[in-house]
Amino acid sequence: MTSMTKSELIQRLAEHNPHLYQRDVERIVSTIFEEIAAALARGDRVELRGFGAFSVKRREARIGRNPRTGTAVQVEEKVIPFFKTGKQLRERLNLSGDETGSAA
Amino acid sequence: MADSTVTRAQLSEAVYQEVGLSRNESADLVESVLREIGDALARGEMVKISSFGSFQVRSKGRRIGRNPKTGEEVPILPRQVLVFRPSHVLKNRINEHRGTPAGQR
Repeated sequence: MTSMTKSELIQRLAEHNPHLYQRDVERIVSTIFEEIAAALARGDRVELRGFGAFSVKRREARIGRNPRTGTAVQVEEKVIPFFKTGKQLRERLNLSGDETGSAA
Repeated sequence: MADSTVTRAQLSEAVYQEVGLSRNESADLVESVLREIGDALARGEMVKISSFGSFQVRSKGRRIGRNPKTGEEVPILPRQVLVFRPSHVLKNRINEHRGTPAGQR
């Protein structure tokens, strides 16, 4: 499966916005992900209508096991990032037309 | 302090502060970033943002679901779902503040 990395995303944006310095495009992309990460670190939600919403979910402390040795280990309470796909994007990914080529 | 929601408006404002484009253009670029990501996913590409996470479209097969209210069996058609896998950097970062218990959010 092909993929798009952050630098490829920057590249594409730069191509579509030839009036911007590449350096600025990099800062724009970094700022966006930095803001999302900072919000999640504060415990805030990030809601981008049509795209999706990022939030954090709490996981209780539990007794885990080292799968290799079977030793019990205490796993602390923690939070994990969570993403819920927005309605519009979800619908777009499920268009019956073959935009989402499974052969990709 | 928590329980507030960040939206496009705050992201645009951050871009405006950070990069010094106009507010309008900052908002347009936030939109462009989201659109480029959505376009790539719609093309079936995986989107990998280092130190943040990756987005990937997965195909789910047909299965039999149940209406939880009536117990009635209903077919769930094959569909595409988007999965976000947070990077370790992001996971570690949101757990750094362990002084303030997450339970108090």
